[in-house]
Amino acid sequence: MNLVIALLGTRQYVSAAKIRSIVPGYEPDDGTERADEAFKRMFERDKAELREIGVPLETGRTSAFDTEDGYRIARVDYELPEITLTGEEAAAVGLALRLWQSAQLAGAAQSALVKLRAAGIEVDSGRGVPIQPRLDAGEPAFEPCYVAARDRRVLTFDYRRPDEQAPHRRRVQPWGVVAWHGHWYLVGHDLDRRAPRVFRLSRVTGTPKASGPAGAFSPPADLDLAAVVARQESRAEQLVVVRASPGTAIGLRRTAEPLGAAEDGDDRLQLRTTEPEQLADTLAAYGADVLVEAPQSVRAAVIERLTRLAALGEPA
Amino acid sequence: MTAPSTAERMTRLLTLVPYLQARPDGVRLADAAGDFGVTEAQLRRDLDLLWVCGLPGHGPGDLIDLAFEGDRVRVTFTAGMVRPLRLSTDEAVALIVALRTLLEMPGLAEGEAVSRALAKVSAAAGHPGEVQAPVAVSVGAAEQSLAVVRDGLERGRALHLHYYVPSRDERTERTVDPMRLLLVDGRWYLEAWCRNVEGTRLFRLDRIDEATVLDSPAAPPAEATERDLDSGLYQPGAGSPLVRLRLARTARWVADYYPVEDVEEVDDPAGGLAVAIRTSDLSWARRLVSSLGGAALVDSPAELAAQVAGEARAALARYAD
Repeated sequence: MNLVIALLGTRQYVSAAKIRSIVPGYEPDDGTERADEAFKRMFERDKAELREIGVPLETGRTSAFDTEDGYRIARVDYELPEITLTGEEAAAVGLALRLWQSAQLAGAAQSALVKLRAAGIEVDSGRGVPIQPRLDAGEPAFEPCYVAARDRRVLTFDYRRPDEQAPHRRRVQPWGVVAWHGHWYLVGHDLDRRAPRVFRLSRVTGTPKASGPAGAFSPPADLDLAAVVARQESRAEQLVVVRASPGTAIGLRRTAEPLGAAEDGDDRLQLRTTEPEQLADTLAAYGADVLVEAPQSVRAAVIERLTRLAALGEPA
Repeated sequence: MTAPSTAERMTRLLTLVPYLQARPDGVRLADAAGDFGVTEAQLRRDLDLLWVCGLPGHGPGDLIDLAFEGDRVRVTFTAGMVRPLRLSTDEAVALIVALRTLLEMPGLAEGEAVSRALAKVSAAAGHPGEVQAPVAVSVGAAEQSLAVVRDGLERGRALHLHYYVPSRDERTERTVDPMRLLLVDGRWYLEAWCRNVEGTRLFRLDRIDEATVLDSPAAPPAEATERDLDSGLYQPGAGSPLVRLRLARTARWVADYYPVEDVEEVDDPAGGLAVAIRTSDLSWARRLVSSLGGAALVDSPAELAAQVAGEARAALARYAD
């Protein structure tokens, strides 16, 4: 605290020795090696702490005559720029900051709120419509993926595609994490496949690990995370045609495109899916009310499920 | 890495002086503690520490000076700490992504105000216009019912819903007293007292086919309680009968998704999990087991297994034609 106040108060770079003599709390120079060591340790720890919370601690020399690097904090880099919000805008900020639940971003939201309040803005965080958002709840892989994307470090994790029996190790330059249609995805450059890839966080097994230095790569400049996921998911989109007895399969009809009546009086419906296996689960659960016409792969997947289900009633 | 509490406290200490400076008439200690999200005792310890901080020299005129009047505190000398520290990356991301998310939600906040706040916050975060956030949220824009539901909540009116119930594959009509809106992983839910079933229910907004605000005031009875989301969205009644399943590896997610009891690892099926789920709705259980396509074996009740198998045989007969 005293270090910040002292360095904010000066335009010159201040040497470590000078800091030691003017900032209270540091071990004074009594000529012993022990005292020097103690000061060095404490000074290093303080510098690391300040940088961690985002204090722009600069090193450099004020003039060519300085024999060692000094330290300063430029006020313009330190201070939050002037910001004023109307009551309505402040209310929007208050609502927005309640969107986060994960420790990482909820903590950041709280401290951002405190800083805005310290800048003289009155943010009422609990007013208005009773809304409880939990944007980032329940995905254990969210935080490690977010942190690695923020720091731009390579991420390694085990990933199980629905069509694979066992998970495979993936090495990825993480560009970002995005919630799309109710699911969380990691978007990044797959180092082994040498191409951009999209990963569902729910299919990540175990805890992803970041490795290597920070700032190891740059995501594409015009990156739109949601658009990448949308593109990939629509590429994988399949058309499925089913027959449903009239008055049944209400859930399918909510999103299906009606294709008219079949010769047996059933309604023909066209469905779109990016998850054929999941759709096969849903279709099998409709039992005799729904019959799959095409494609053959989905038809076979449903028959396979029904065959297994039919065996449930038999004694083992 | 320092412990988060150290970093948190340092951030708080650096912010306290400008916070007090922005309130020249002083602020109640309890209010300040609330604003910082700490206890009053912690705030007092922070203020005690500030008191001995100040400019080099540390003479009486160099130290931060605070004035306590009753339960209020104000700052009388700031030692040059007049503005809060810039937003950190996490703080900027938390703010900007959340505001962008709000922009995508029609009818939740006044859109113009959100975009103005977003512009101002982005500018203050130091990289106007080009904040490449490592996280984004894309909310389904199709939730037409959101604006109607919000209107009902704001005006304290009951709602009439056409609601799709997937567990029974039914379109239902009901009158509800809205309690609150929830947003979980980018999906909206309305928590409300349902007058038809006389219980608190969660309604997924993308399953509401039609919503109307009624003239009758919303009046959830005293027993309508908000559920604690930390224990999951699905909470069955405690007295309901148990359905015992053995989940294959591919169906183990069921144990994370629904509240289960008597969880036990089993070898048949390999890598499987035995669980018990409480439900009074056997048709729901039938749909769950069927939709798992054989990845869940039914231990009890026997009638559940028989029903599922019977339906599957009838369906297979159609394919055999």
